[in-house]
Amino acid sequence: MSAEHGAAERHAHPTVGVYLRVAAALVILTVLEVGVFYVPAFHVVLVPVLLVLSAAKFTLVVMFYMHLKDDDKFFSFLFGAPLVIAVGVMVALLFLFFGALTLRGVAGAG
Amino acid sequence: MSAPTSMGLDNRKMAFWAFIGSECLLFGSLISTYLVYKGKSIVGPYPPEILNIPFTSVSTFDLLMSSLMMVLALAAVQRGDMKWGKIWLFSTALLGLVFLGGQVMEFTEFVHKGLTIGTNLFGCTFFVLTGTHGAHVTVGVLWLLTLWVRALQGKLGRANAMTVEITGLYWHFVDVVWIVIFTVVYLIQ
Repeated sequence: MSAEHGAAERHAHPTVGVYLRVAAALVILTVLEVGVFYVPAFHVVLVPVLLVLSAAKFTLVVMFYMHLKDDDKFFSFLFGAPLVIAVGVMVALLFLFFGALTLRGVAGAG
Repeated sequence: MSAPTSMGLDNRKMAFWAFIGSECLLFGSLISTYLVYKGKSIVGPYPPEILNIPFTSVSTFDLLMSSLMMVLALAAVQRGDMKWGKIWLFSTALLGLVFLGGQVMEFTEFVHKGLTIGTNLFGCTFFVLTGTHGAHVTVGVLWLLTLWVRALQGKLGRANAMTVEITGLYWHFVDVVWIVIFTVVYLIQ
């Protein structure tokens, strides 16, 4: 038996019903994202709400459509480790540029 | 069909996940660059003046639906139903082409409104980020159409389900990158 068939037997993929439910969830989350963008009352919490909704969509696609939920954990590592590094670099750069500016501003004011 | 591996995992799939990991770093750097230069343009046009949210929302919906078509194609090929496999593969490629058409329209409109890659920091980082994503979508569409033609020739069947799965991994990755771009570039202005 090839590795292909062996792996396929060990990690069954979701059913078509699951795929359709995930698609419905993705559409609802996208409608919410756009809705939140246009409702002025949400503008105070716009960024965190949008980031949470985006992260939910990202997770749904990766878990169910890319099958990481049921697939071998090594694949999750191959994807997750660079993703953590990429997000870490992003956060570090934002702190470096915007955090440094703020500190300089405070120091200058003092 | 690939040779057995010591881990019991398909080596093509493992290599492809490693490639997707490297793509995370590429897009991470491009998104970081966009964010670092966000709001630092000294001449317009600025994002709120030019970004068309309703139009991009439709493009986002289109790409999400293409991901659904892709998993339906995989499910069909895995159960040996090549009639529906071909239909879903072509539908995925078609939705990808619609997305690309939308991006060409958007870019053309921006250029007519005075935003080019050399206009300001927003134009530079926006076109590089979304253009790189568009190039990935183009590769994905070509890949999908190649699979579709192979399916029409009878050279793609249940035994090649892993090939369709790997194509799907690429396509879904392109989709998740757009999910991030849509939020970071278009909605958080």
